Amino acid sequence: MAELLKRKKALSVSPLKASQTMGAALAFLGFARSMPLMHGSQGCTAFAKVFFVRHFREPIPLQTTAMDQVSSVMGADENVVEALRVISGKSSPALIGLVTTGLAETQGCDIQRSVKQFRQENPDFQKTEIVAVNSPDFSGCFESGYALALQAIIETLVPRTAGSQSGKSRASLRPKQVNVLCHANLTPGDLEFIVDSIESFGLRPMLIPDLSASLDGHLSDERFNPLTTGGLGIDDLKTAGESAATLVIGESIADAANSLFERTEVPETRFQQLMTMESIDRWLQRLSEISQRPVPRRWRKQRQQLQDAMLDTHFMIGASRYSFAGDPDLLIGFEAMLSSMGSELVAAVIPARSKSLDSLSLSSVQIGDLEDLEELSALHRSQLIIGNSHAVDSAERLQVPILRAGFPQYDYLGGFQRCWSGYRGIQQSLFELANLFVAHHQEIPAYRSIYKQEQYQRDGSSPALTIGRGH
Amino acid sequence: MKAKDIAELMDEPACEHNKKAKSGCAKPKPGSTAGGCAFDGAQIALLPIADVAHIVHGPIACAGSSWDNRGTRSSGADLYRIGLTTDLTEQDVIMGRGERRLFHSIKQAIDTYRPPAVFVYNTCVPALIGDDIDAVCKAATERWEVPVIPIDSAGFYGTKNLGNRIAGDSMIKHVVGTREPDSIPENLQRHGVRVHDVNLIGEYNIAGEFWYVQSLFDELGIRILCTLSGDARFAEVQTMHRAELNMMVCSKAMINVARKLETTFGTPWFEGSFYGITDTSEALRNFALCLDDPDLMKRTEALIEREESNIRARLEEWRPRLEGKRVLLYTGGVKSWSVISALQDLGMKVVATGTKKSTEEDKARIRELMGEETKMIDDGNPRELLRIVEEYRADILIAGGRNMYTALKARVPFLDINQEREFGYAGYEGMLELVRQLTLTLDSPVWQAAKSIPPWETAEKPGGMALISSLTDKLPTNNEADASTRGITNSGIGD
Repeated sequence: MAELLKRKKALSVSPLKASQTMGAALAFLGFARSMPLMHGSQGCTAFAKVFFVRHFREPIPLQTTAMDQVSSVMGADENVVEALRVISGKSSPALIGLVTTGLAETQGCDIQRSVKQFRQENPDFQKTEIVAVNSPDFSGCFESGYALALQAIIETLVPRTAGSQSGKSRASLRPKQVNVLCHANLTPGDLEFIVDSIESFGLRPMLIPDLSASLDGHLSDERFNPLTTGGLGIDDLKTAGESAATLVIGESIADAANSLFERTEVPETRFQQLMTMESIDRWLQRLSEISQRPVPRRWRKQRQQLQDAMLDTHFMIGASRYSFAGDPDLLIGFEAMLSSMGSELVAAVIPARSKSLDSLSLSSVQIGDLEDLEELSALHRSQLIIGNSHAVDSAERLQVPILRAGFPQYDYLGGFQRCWSGYRGIQQSLFELANLFVAHHQEIPAYRSIYKQEQYQRDGSSPALTIGRGH
Repeated sequence: MKAKDIAELMDEPACEHNKKAKSGCAKPKPGSTAGGCAFDGAQIALLPIADVAHIVHGPIACAGSSWDNRGTRSSGADLYRIGLTTDLTEQDVIMGRGERRLFHSIKQAIDTYRPPAVFVYNTCVPALIGDDIDAVCKAATERWEVPVIPIDSAGFYGTKNLGNRIAGDSMIKHVVGTREPDSIPENLQRHGVRVHDVNLIGEYNIAGEFWYVQSLFDELGIRILCTLSGDARFAEVQTMHRAELNMMVCSKAMINVARKLETTFGTPWFEGSFYGITDTSEALRNFALCLDDPDLMKRTEALIEREESNIRARLEEWRPRLEGKRVLLYTGGVKSWSVISALQDLGMKVVATGTKKSTEEDKARIRELMGEETKMIDDGNPRELLRIVEEYRADILIAGGRNMYTALKARVPFLDINQEREFGYAGYEGMLELVRQLTLTLDSPVWQAAKSIPPWETAEKPGGMALISSLTDKLPTNNEADASTRGITNSGIGD
């Protein structure tokens, strides 16, 4: 079990953390006709919007309760009610995700009460679902915010079909439907693999939430839409209790998965990650059991290709020393992938405390920032950095290559949708890693013999007799 | 910051908005607001001061999603690119440990980087729990003998615009006038050239674009004591009081700095822009004029003539590709008229422009430049912008990056004009980059591809699609490929 080393300095230098509030907002972006609403000052939303726009290169729907000086001091519950009314009236979304910032929580907001008040005052807007989440940025991180939102969405919108009051579970009423709960750092590309693999067994995947449909970067027929342009429909979500199975990917969303199981009793299987051959084997095996169908041939072919790629790339990747900075679930994935190749994780930095790192082979994980990453990487002579776009400068200073992963990736086109999952995704990742090592391969510095004839032929005189490297 | 102080900053006698009931500083509406907060504005205004340690005092969201996020460039020091924040935790907030963490953070920054100064930005949470950052900064300054400047810019104080003013005000209050400028070394003196000292206010050196202009100032013998704040250093800001003349560049954001420098030190100022040939020349001319130096005037005129004929010749080859193209320009405030002049220099037609943040004076200038029938857009929500693009048959939308993906999703050519952009457009030289970027997107083949629909869908859809099949029916088979292309173009998918 990895020991978590606490933050040891006052100042955070080159911050790694993205806020919990933004993570919560992201979960809502995976629903159809949805609008995340940040309860805070207008800047909280503006920053988050820029953050997502630069990462996904998409227009991002996001609104604010616009707390000003008076409401920050005197109470901003009215702002919440007004914002809900304005958004509902203007674009009648299917879902509004009300997420709180540090400012609202410090002031002491009661978002559940505000939502109730809005409901009482505005019976016309019953069609718009509202999910409220406490997600202040002074605790947790991006990943935990997303997990909190996912849990709140399940607890608010998925009807209780199991347990004492309502009698029998309705699981498997839709025998082809499979629920999938995904952690925050699965990219739209990863999610496409998940969808594709499930569909290949004749099953119908229901991703909760479905960012592969909303933030995958597609050009739709619509000219303009103020809300999300794709994602899971609320009506579909409400049938989660009738699915044949639930698949959970990621440790960070364990509580959300617990909630779903407790409400529906749909049989579930949990995966830490989908970034190793072994985990994909298990994934396909499970899909085969659910569907009662054999594993399609093409997966076997891709598996063989991955096996071949592992052999080809182990010369470059094997025994390498790398460091990682990012959210815990991403750390678990990369650590699993790279240790299956024989590389060693020598430094790991995560932005906030997490209880999900028990399986990690590393003796310690630092809670900290990119300065910590740089110091630890230098100390342990790391040869590669895995981290977000902010870590590019760190890698440059350390003079080692970087593999960009996680949020945000603003300087790398297509980074938002790169697929790390599945046989093919792993294969491509290994190729990329191997190429990074090849490109940064340190050649042996030339040593020129004092007796080398070329030399005195050119000079016409015998060289000075200095023996040894570096001359 | 007290309500009284905020009101005082909002009341800017030099700003045109003061006279109108409608103001750029109106109360934001919950559920229907875009744009940054006062902290955002303050940080943007000062972050380009490259050798300062900029510490954001607050929980992670403020610095975490904004550090190293701006297109500004430095010619040397690069401490401004390191994000520094106290990253307040729940315990700090509940137990009131924010001030202590801030104090230690300042020490850590000084120990690690030995900066000439530390700027501390206050944000919402510490402002609400009452952290006294003024006192912490004062104590830190005394303890470590490095200037530690408080910038009290909690987001809920107001908009980005207010934040710009808070930033400017902090510089005036704590930094300007704390050092005398260095004298000019003997070897840099040229015979017959009297060197003048000036400041630029509100120039941010986006993508390094001011470097296109800087060499002209050097040639003319005009020393820029300080640019607030593009490529600036702390020691330069300290000397701003000694300028003979200030230029407000292209933005009213820090107009309070120009006004206060005038009232306190008697420095005159004028407003101008370095976008476009006409405006760049006018700005240079204004320097010579206001500095009241006939010799400088003579040299300036010669330089303008040389530069203008040079750039006009180089632009000539691009002109046919841009001439007559219709532009919808949506930028805040003053930038509207300054960019209009640049586009007109290229023979383009601005059919509509955003005036949300423009003053009456700006609007008058726009009318003067573009004629009375120009569409002025006050409410630039994305839906409305796209409608106007269509109605006015604009070929391109020029706007801030925030609108970029809205335009692209609607398959409308787009040029980013705001601070996050990667290309510099200032000065004579910048015009070449501007035409390059304009033609790149306007003439791109991707718009056709983006509007195309797959061939197997043409038969299925009713309405506009019928047109395509009827078109293809009538044409001879050997032209079929050609015809279907034409059909697709005619129907368009986004209608």
